[in-house]
Amino acid sequence: MFRGVVPGRPSHCWWQAIFWSLLVLAIGCANARAAAPQQAALIPQWEPQAQFAGYYVALAKGFYAAAGVDMRILRGGPGAPPSELLRQGKAQFGTFFLPTAIRERADGFLLVNLAQFVPHSNQLLVARKADGIRGPADLDGRRVSLWGPEFRLAPEALFRKHGIRVAEAPQGFTVDLFLRGGVAACSAMRYNEYHALLNSGLDPDELTVFSMAEYGLDLPEDGLYALESTWKDNPGLCRAVTQASIAGWRYAFAHPEEALDIVMEHVTAAHLPTNRMHQQWMLEHLRQAMTGSGEPLGDLPRARYETAAEALFRAGLIPAIPAYEAFRVDAR
Amino acid sequence: MSTRADHRPGRGLGFRLALCILTGAAAIFAGAFAYSYHSAKTMLLAEVRENAMNLIRGAAARLEVPLAGVERVPRYLALRLGDAMPDAAGIEGRLRDFLTANPDVYGAAAAFAPGAFHPGLSRFAPYFCRKDGRPVRVSLGYEEHYDLENWYLVPRVLGRPVWSEPYFDESGGDIVMTTFSVPIFRTEGARREFLGVVSADVSLEWLQGQVAKINMYRSGYAFLLSKNGVFVSHPDSRHIMRESIFSLAEQAGSPELRALGQAMTRGGEGFSRLPDVVLGQPAWLAYAPMPTTGWSMGVIVPEAELFAGLRRLGREVAAIAAGGFALLLGVIALIAATITRPLTRLAATAAEIAKGNLDTPVPATPRRDEVGRLSRSFEQMRLALRDYIADLTATTKAKERLESELKIARNIQMSFLPKHFPPFPEITAFELHAALEPAWEVGGDLYDFFLTSDGRLLFLVGDVSGKGVPAALFMAVTKTLIKGNADQETDPAAILGKVNRELCVDNDAMLFVTMFLGILDFSTGELAFSNAGHNPPARIAPDGATSWLTLPRGVFLGIMEDAVYTTSRVNLAPGETLVAFTDGVTEAMDPGQRLFGADRLAETLARAAGRSPESLVDAIMDAVRAFAGQAEQADDITVMTLLFRGNALP
Repeated sequence: MFRGVVPGRPSHCWWQAIFWSLLVLAIGCANARAAAPQQAALIPQWEPQAQFAGYYVALAKGFYAAAGVDMRILRGGPGAPPSELLRQGKAQFGTFFLPTAIRERADGFLLVNLAQFVPHSNQLLVARKADGIRGPADLDGRRVSLWGPEFRLAPEALFRKHGIRVAEAPQGFTVDLFLRGGVAACSAMRYNEYHALLNSGLDPDELTVFSMAEYGLDLPEDGLYALESTWKDNPGLCRAVTQASIAGWRYAFAHPEEALDIVMEHVTAAHLPTNRMHQQWMLEHLRQAMTGSGEPLGDLPRARYETAAEALFRAGLIPAIPAYEAFRVDAR
Repeated sequence: MSTRADHRPGRGLGFRLALCILTGAAAIFAGAFAYSYHSAKTMLLAEVRENAMNLIRGAAARLEVPLAGVERVPRYLALRLGDAMPDAAGIEGRLRDFLTANPDVYGAAAAFAPGAFHPGLSRFAPYFCRKDGRPVRVSLGYEEHYDLENWYLVPRVLGRPVWSEPYFDESGGDIVMTTFSVPIFRTEGARREFLGVVSADVSLEWLQGQVAKINMYRSGYAFLLSKNGVFVSHPDSRHIMRESIFSLAEQAGSPELRALGQAMTRGGEGFSRLPDVVLGQPAWLAYAPMPTTGWSMGVIVPEAELFAGLRRLGREVAAIAAGGFALLLGVIALIAATITRPLTRLAATAAEIAKGNLDTPVPATPRRDEVGRLSRSFEQMRLALRDYIADLTATTKAKERLESELKIARNIQMSFLPKHFPPFPEITAFELHAALEPAWEVGGDLYDFFLTSDGRLLFLVGDVSGKGVPAALFMAVTKTLIKGNADQETDPAAILGKVNRELCVDNDAMLFVTMFLGILDFSTGELAFSNAGHNPPARIAPDGATSWLTLPRGVFLGIMEDAVYTTSRVNLAPGETLVAFTDGVTEAMDPGQRLFGADRLAETLARAAGRSPESLVDAIMDAVRAFAGQAEQADDITVMTLLFRGNALP
């Protein structure tokens, strides 16, 4: 029997306990005017995993409840695109990559950014060196698996930038198609699929990794969004959810083992074929991605927004750049 | 000098013998045992490897039989659907029949590409699975995006049948499963059109039941890995679908385990040592590919069980060896005792003999070995020692008697010498003193003085060659002869000549005497003297100046019958002192073998000038003694001093 090694949890210091108690109290007080808890639903853009640890932690630790929100976190995935659920009113909050959200807004789907959590791009295309792929040009004419419309802007921009035509294949929940040789390259998040590839027995030196950020497409990723109408109708709810989510992220990074326990509960409930080591890798990479820039958690500086929007505009993916003021609301 | 430690009884011969033999035997045994154990282990490992590989190949092949059975119908169905598309009821009937006929299959689906089943119908995917043992049509639960599921997507893109990675089917199946999917193609000439996928689900629970039947040793277990290294089957159900061999390797930080995972997922076959982190103890892994599914089967066996037989054998051999060593120890102890018992007795006897009990007989032994020879030698030594000591005792007694006699002889000899001083208290014209310090043995120095018949003082100092009784007798004879001849002769040379001749008669021992003989007419101070090979006396003038008296030539007495002696004459001044002595003074040696010598004597005399004859004798004797120190006195020392006062007759 393979022996499981349970990593030790960091001990909780008394001052940390006080800090978090005060934080929960502060969120609660700020929203004390909301007499009865308001119901809300949040749809992450993918299956339960550490990519959304902050939200799961905020739910599990009662940060949403303390802020007067009776939050439900829906199960994301290919069958539940946030744009659709928001449009249908099945969810009030959703997570989007920034470019996706900009394009949605440019296309007339009026999303507002409540908090920007991942300030840089973690998106990759991964190919095998053994297939002779060393640079973007080597992808020309190859079959490449891409995710759905929400996550394909950066690769598409890369292809356009290098004048490459690839044969597209849909990318499902996993990288199996790539592992079985069905495609020459596949989409990957550095914190997820890339590690899954390594954990399928491929060594890093066997892979050619195209990092979107290194190809001038450092487009910010995960952010918390609501419909503009939701924001206008109920800014208090939006603020409460945003603040509790930020608190959730802070807590998750401060207590990674506890956060992993919470994530694994969701993973287990969803019967997902993943493991704690993978989620640990993901949480650690997200921590680096979210806290590495030194910017306040949840911030979306105008410059970063405009750089991303201009990249989309130049690539011809949006007809015009939506105004920052309309896109970004101060819900923090 | 012996210390206390030397007397402490040391480890016995028997102990040392046992230690040496047992150590040697143990070293040989340990070497042979280690070699045989290692060889046996290598052989056993090779055999285990062979067995394990056979077992795992057999198990993989056996497991592939039902899986190959699972494959048969979807392949057939896909082929038939590609040829002719039946209606929905027809497809559902076939799927239901498939499930009914194949108890190993959990569920079956036919999923079509948009428009492939019926133009205008974007998606159509009837799915049947086993509920309470009966095939029931259920909803997939994700009809709108099944084209993104691996079981559909991968065979579609690859264009060939595929076994999926394990996954949880939460719609119809609600179980962890793996799916075999066959793409449906319609072939029209060279063109191949993708129509959809026929799939068959296999419950991993069922698969696990099959794998669990594979046994190897007591706690060895089998597991299956998917192409991606994910556990398809494992005794710990938490691993299935969730963990991969690589995630465990990452968790354990074990590159070895990762390398093993790569070997397994890349279709390798082998028998390897598993990193200890996996089981927490040394273990071995046999693995073989399953060609049908592309999976890999592994069997893990703890090394302890693998080598349990060898370990048991090792323990038995060690126990036998321990018994053997105990026996060997007993035998050695016995041998050592038979060897050392007579030796111990011999040692006790020797100790007794060493105390002087030479009559203690050495125990007789009938043995003819070294110990027997030693005993007999010891007995001979004892007897020889006893005889020798008896001889020695007799000799010692004889020697003691001789020494006693010598002592008496010496006393007699010494009694010949005049010892009363002052010898002529009534005569004031001179003062005389003499001393003889004998060496240990009976020696040959002599001195004498007496008044001659004509009223002069005759005095002499002599030294007989040799030592012992002959010298003593010779001296006595010489003294007697001098005395006798002095009655007849008044001239020193004449006296010496006569004495010489008489001594030469029958002097077979060839002894001789040196002698200074003087006759002092103390009324005038005239000294007539003659010399027979003696050293010259010293003169101390009244003013203290010292000089040596010039002696006439003359050979020793007793050697040459016709030797001629001459008389010389000098006048002593009043207050002048004559010091006659034997060579015992000048040839006295210090511990460094240096001679006292004439110069030192002259210095002594110069320092002691003016003293009385007795005091002068003492001064010379003291000086010689001080010079000789610890050195043994080799010769008699004789000093005679004569102070001539002048004609102060009463």
